[in-house]
Amino acid sequence: MSAQGVAKSSSGPRGEVEASTTLVPRLRMRAISKRFGSVRVLSEVDFEAFGGEVHVLAGENGAGKTTLIKILAGAHADYEGRIELDGVEVRPRTPREAAALGIAVIHQELSLVPSLGAADNLFLGRWPTRLGLVQEGAMRASAVAALERFGIDIDPERPVGELGTATRQLIEIAKALLREARVLVLDEPTSALQAPEVEDLLGRLGDIRARGCAIVYISHRMEEIERVADRLTVLRDGHRVASAPAADVTPAQLVGWMAGREAAEPFTRHAPPGGSERLRVENLSVRVRGAVAVEGVSLSVRSGEILGLAGLHGAGTSELLTGLFGGGGAVQGELWVDGERVRFRGPAEAISRGLALVTPDRQATGLVLPLSVAANLTLPDLRRLSPWGLRHPGRELSVASELMDTLGVRANSPSDPVAQLSGGNQQKVAIGKWLTVEPRVLLLDEPTRGIDVGAKRELYDLIERWTYEGIAIVLVTSDLRELLALSDRILVLHRGRPAAELSGLQATPEAVLEAAMGERRAVAR
Amino acid sequence: MTAGSWLRGSTARAVLALALVLALGAVFHADGAFLKISTHRDALRQASVYGILACGMTLVIITGGIDLAVGSVLALSAVCFSLWTIHWGWSAWLAVPACILVGAAVGAASGGLASVFRIQPFIATLSLMVFVRGIAKTISGGTKVSTAVPAADGGYRYVEVPEIFRAIDSRVLGGQVSTVTLLFAVCAVVSWVLLARHRWGRQLYAIGGNEEAARLSGVPVRAAKIGAYVACGALAAVAGICQAAQEQQGDPEAGAGYELTAIAIVVIGGIHLGGGRGGIGRTLLGTLTIGYLGKILSINAVPEAARLMLTGTIIVAAVLTQRREARS
Repeated sequence: MSAQGVAKSSSGPRGEVEASTTLVPRLRMRAISKRFGSVRVLSEVDFEAFGGEVHVLAGENGAGKTTLIKILAGAHADYEGRIELDGVEVRPRTPREAAALGIAVIHQELSLVPSLGAADNLFLGRWPTRLGLVQEGAMRASAVAALERFGIDIDPERPVGELGTATRQLIEIAKALLREARVLVLDEPTSALQAPEVEDLLGRLGDIRARGCAIVYISHRMEEIERVADRLTVLRDGHRVASAPAADVTPAQLVGWMAGREAAEPFTRHAPPGGSERLRVENLSVRVRGAVAVEGVSLSVRSGEILGLAGLHGAGTSELLTGLFGGGGAVQGELWVDGERVRFRGPAEAISRGLALVTPDRQATGLVLPLSVAANLTLPDLRRLSPWGLRHPGRELSVASELMDTLGVRANSPSDPVAQLSGGNQQKVAIGKWLTVEPRVLLLDEPTRGIDVGAKRELYDLIERWTYEGIAIVLVTSDLRELLALSDRILVLHRGRPAAELSGLQATPEAVLEAAMGERRAVAR
Repeated sequence: MTAGSWLRGSTARAVLALALVLALGAVFHADGAFLKISTHRDALRQASVYGILACGMTLVIITGGIDLAVGSVLALSAVCFSLWTIHWGWSAWLAVPACILVGAAVGAASGGLASVFRIQPFIATLSLMVFVRGIAKTISGGTKVSTAVPAADGGYRYVEVPEIFRAIDSRVLGGQVSTVTLLFAVCAVVSWVLLARHRWGRQLYAIGGNEEAARLSGVPVRAAKIGAYVACGALAAVAGICQAAQEQQGDPEAGAGYELTAIAIVVIGGIHLGGGRGGIGRTLLGTLTIGYLGKILSINAVPEAARLMLTGTIIVAAVLTQRREARS
């Protein structure tokens, strides 16, 4: 919203792009607006990308990047505004229509068929046929030619599920280019890649650019943005904040645009006086399926304290919490709970030591949806509630009702299936089930994801109350404002490694973003 | 599962299915045969072995698994029981627990393959189904183990049927209920207590409903799952003892296809094969529906070919009505 934010959107891309492709933008989106119910997620956003240009789309989580891309990809048909491809107005109503128009979106979750080979995937749904029979020979020959052209050295018959993420991503890009994509959207393409693979992908962008394709590149990583961007557009809260040639923008400026000036705090926390050290972690490393997700992280949380963990998608914050809890990954490092050295072989042991983990996806890993609210609320404490193995349904119901009152869960009865509750109420159950075991350390992973503002406020109040009860909290959230408002201190991870520890006045949105994006800066302590 | 939902949804439909079958019996009563108490006693007796298998199957299906080995375990148990009591002269107090132990061991193998080695339950128990049938044939020498005991001179000598066989094949409560039906009732009650009132039962529901969430809530997933297969194997062994007592022999070919009948009973009872839902009450309804359907068709002398087709149709109908419920 600042003065420099009103940027030179009229200025063209840098000089090395051929003149002929610069006259009309490949893609022009004009005054795009979109609402979800009463919430306005995009307000008159303009965006354009020229052939042979890499246009980086940046913004915090929830800024509207994904919605904008989904509109382009035909996933949200009811938007306001215009989309033009090479000067011709189009209105993709389904992903299929968008693909037919030459718009290819490469998501973080790839859409290849894992059991088929690269050849079949490249021609998926468009196999060369004669009399309805797939011409295997012809397909194989053109697949080999295509893979060669893109420099992907693999056996075209080998199931792509056996290939690495990086290779699969290249196959997906090759597939898009084979279908003569005019606009190629890469949505955080490097988030799942290792450093050498990132190099390889960035190196190939030059080739793809040379085909005259307009590349829309979404990334949070400063070093990548600096390397690949010809132009930058920044969204914040559904508005276009700035659009400028990349060469004119400094990293500090970019972070400033993304974070905004008036980061109004949604909640003011009153922290209790600090207590004794509840959880200490020294030199923790977590490997998930062989890949290093977290490396060399040390942290300490006192009772009543909230330690915020910040990091971009793929920075390892979730893996850190799950690893701590004994819930997944190969964990190395030392752990103390209330001064006692511990080692967890599984979640049950962590729970018995007073740890509790609220997972980021309540439906996939937090709740047992077919079971009742009461059954979910009492699941972690089932052992204590069923002496000699025999359950006491009456006692479970009274424990559950009491918890539902404490948490403000709105349901007709504790016997209702938890699946019938609204998202916010489900989330309260996913968190509240841990209160029966009286946790000493609460690990919260995205506790407010997908719930409305009112439910968020109630959760903040609950979290604050728990700190007064002496619970130590480690909080992971991708909502920067929430993180800043709730945390006493913030530990920032970048690619699994500690990048900064910020507290008090140091903890500004800019400082957190800079550290998370890997912008070098003295690690404050 | 909960008191309030008992009469709604799938349970109500399973009750309706049973009521329809009984109404069918009342209409086609075969000159009053359906109204005789002996017909009902017989229907229940014939359904009991299937019912015992279905109780075990319910435990496994609630975890989201399946156990195809129960028919073979039934045969192995029948063969072992006959061999040990008739030929070797073991007392029933020794032979019955030993057979149940054998069934439990097979269950432990199934559960171990499925949860420790992460082989799909269908494949793990399919392999045990074949393997255990082989063991039953090895132990029995490929023939039925009966009261004809091979003698040293190469001939046969005939021995008395052991007391335990007569006891299981008798009637109780003034001759109105078969002992096997009583055994089925005991198995059903035990299974009900385990599922509805025991911590372990709740763990099985949690695992079937969302294994990852259960694990992260501290549920000992591996042990609880193996326990379900162990219980299923033990119940199949009980069914095998009942089968042997009724046939007065241990047939290594017995129980072929019974695993499918047990699964059909669970499905007709309205229990979702995906796991996390259902209960013994529904399995009971399924058992009665299948049992009475067979009986009514047989007293009306409907040929077996037609019986099979009708049973198949009813299974499809049961699944279709469940799907409608899931969608709404």
